[in-house]
Amino acid sequence: MPFSDQVRARLDADAAQIIAKYPGSRSALLPLLHLVQAEEGFVSADGIEYCADKLGLTETDVTGVVTFYTMYKRRPVGQYHVGVCTNAVCAVLGGNQILAELREHLGVPDDEPTPDGQVSLEHLECNAACVYAPVMMVNWEFFDNMTPASARKLADDLRAGTNVTPSRGPGRLATWREAARILAGFNDDQATDGPPAGPADLVGLRIARQHGWTAPEPGPAGDQAKEPR
Amino acid sequence: MTDTLTPVLTAHWDQPDIFTIDGYRRSGGWQALPKALGMAPDEVIAIVKSSGLRGRGGAGFPTGVKWGFLPRGDNKPHYLVVNADESEPGACKDVPLMMATPHTLIEGAAIASYAIGASHAFIYVRGEVLHVVRRLRHAVQEAYDAGFLGRNILGSGFDLDVIVHAGAGAYICGEETALLDSLEGKRGLPRYKPPFPAVAGVYALPTNVNNVESIASVPSIVLNGGDWFASMGTEKSKGCGIFNLSGHVAAPGTFEAPLGTTLRELLDLSGGMRGGHRLKFWTAGGSSAGILTDQHLDVPLDFESVAAAGSALGTRSVQIFDETTCVVGVVLRWTEFYQHESCGKCTPCREGTFWLVRLLEQLEHGQGSEEDLDKLLDVCDNITGRAFCALGDSATPPVTSAVRYFRDEFLQHQKEGGCPFDPAASTAWSTT
Repeated sequence: MPFSDQVRARLDADAAQIIAKYPGSRSALLPLLHLVQAEEGFVSADGIEYCADKLGLTETDVTGVVTFYTMYKRRPVGQYHVGVCTNAVCAVLGGNQILAELREHLGVPDDEPTPDGQVSLEHLECNAACVYAPVMMVNWEFFDNMTPASARKLADDLRAGTNVTPSRGPGRLATWREAARILAGFNDDQATDGPPAGPADLVGLRIARQHGWTAPEPGPAGDQAKEPR
Repeated sequence: MTDTLTPVLTAHWDQPDIFTIDGYRRSGGWQALPKALGMAPDEVIAIVKSSGLRGRGGAGFPTGVKWGFLPRGDNKPHYLVVNADESEPGACKDVPLMMATPHTLIEGAAIASYAIGASHAFIYVRGEVLHVVRRLRHAVQEAYDAGFLGRNILGSGFDLDVIVHAGAGAYICGEETALLDSLEGKRGLPRYKPPFPAVAGVYALPTNVNNVESIASVPSIVLNGGDWFASMGTEKSKGCGIFNLSGHVAAPGTFEAPLGTTLRELLDLSGGMRGGHRLKFWTAGGSSAGILTDQHLDVPLDFESVAAAGSALGTRSVQIFDETTCVVGVVLRWTEFYQHESCGKCTPCREGTFWLVRLLEQLEHGQGSEEDLDKLLDVCDNITGRAFCALGDSATPPVTSAVRYFRDEFLQHQKEGGCPFDPAASTAWSTT
């Protein structure tokens, strides 16, 4: 069923802001798809029709884009969508075992929510956190250095509605739909939450400080003092 | 002699508020843009050229030269696109950089935009890193509020809008022309080159695409001079760069060092391999280049030396595996990744990666024959150089290098009718 007038009016206000940012309107398609995913939790036929209508595209064009990108879901996922990285480093360090145990623990096929609608699961490719392997993501926030036990506890806490805190992220985990709205272009108020970096990001910096190592001083004197190796 | 580690981009990552404009300014931030705006755009390009900075996204093309390719006085809109789609297996430098110091990237983007005559800059960030998206958007807003972005910046007459654009999950969008198609709201398929983006990029207009670390390196180069940057590194691979060490090491982590450092040096600093284990194989530049072994510990990690060793410096994504790891299994995982991420445009890449996965699955499970190894290499031959973009070329070096260095291990799988390794011994929680 197409969006109600009320929903459409709300979406129209957001869509106008998104489209206005871009020199070429079709560039707004990825953010608009995040926006309709925020509205319904997935990209439905109505969502596709809405985006096509806004940008003067065919539904076929839009569908082709939706199916190309893995973050757009065509069916509802959980309120908390859990990803386990199984690219090589994470897989070898235990991501394979974590994924296998979580699949058994949750008892649902990948990308399908648990009966309470709280949690769904998928395997991820590299999510740019390899120094924290094995890595998991929940609604695209980092959960570093996971084990099978901590992964099961995380899933249980999410299902119970207990607040969980990402390793390097905000104090409150956004829901799946809230996360999609941020991706569409509308920040929540949590940007300054959390640390600037995690411990593994600082390993080299700490060692450099211990040794008093720095980049060369700028200026001619610095250049002479520090010859190229 | 340059110090062993040279934190520049990472130097303030432990300052609790470094991701805010106040924190960044306290550490000397937002001083390079005013300096750049006092110069002619071509002078800025000349400084970046003189620094010897080469693309930090993997290809290593000189950044200043790339900027110089954009036309002058053509009265057309120009665009800067920052490639923040970091997805190379093993790479985790750009995402932490944007988490910690988004303002460094935005200041660099403003300088680069000024140099190439762009009044729009896009930061195309992968969507799967929500807090990074938040931090970037917040920092962009702070920069507008402080007058570093927007109309008539610092009274210079230079206008710039910066747009943070979240992707939606596709490794191929790290390829610069696929990224441009994606930015135009299409499927992320690579484009035929020429025309190159400098001539016809986003909206078919002159566009410069640079990696996050390349752009973030610009403010310190403008402030300290090209000679300063060029005083670090090697003759042809100048400057410093971020190295990520992941896998079976005592202290996985991030190191900023002059190009030309070695894995031995970085391991010695950080406690070496995890206790009681030895290095078996590693990557220097992510999975898209051939693997290396313990005979390569002293290869200088610069563009030329790693290439001469048969691999590529790429994104300095050092993934380290010890003797408990099955090389066939690892290469299978990487190959499944390339199969999944192949956009499907070119037959050799689309079909070839499919067959590589089938063959590697059989080999990992101890099926097939020695002839299958030759077939594997033959399929690789039919992918390399025959696909439209670099993804096809990236899929084969892990396979061919693994067969080169560990042929006996492939054969051992067949002899034993299965994988001889215990995956439990490789895990982070293994006690053996």
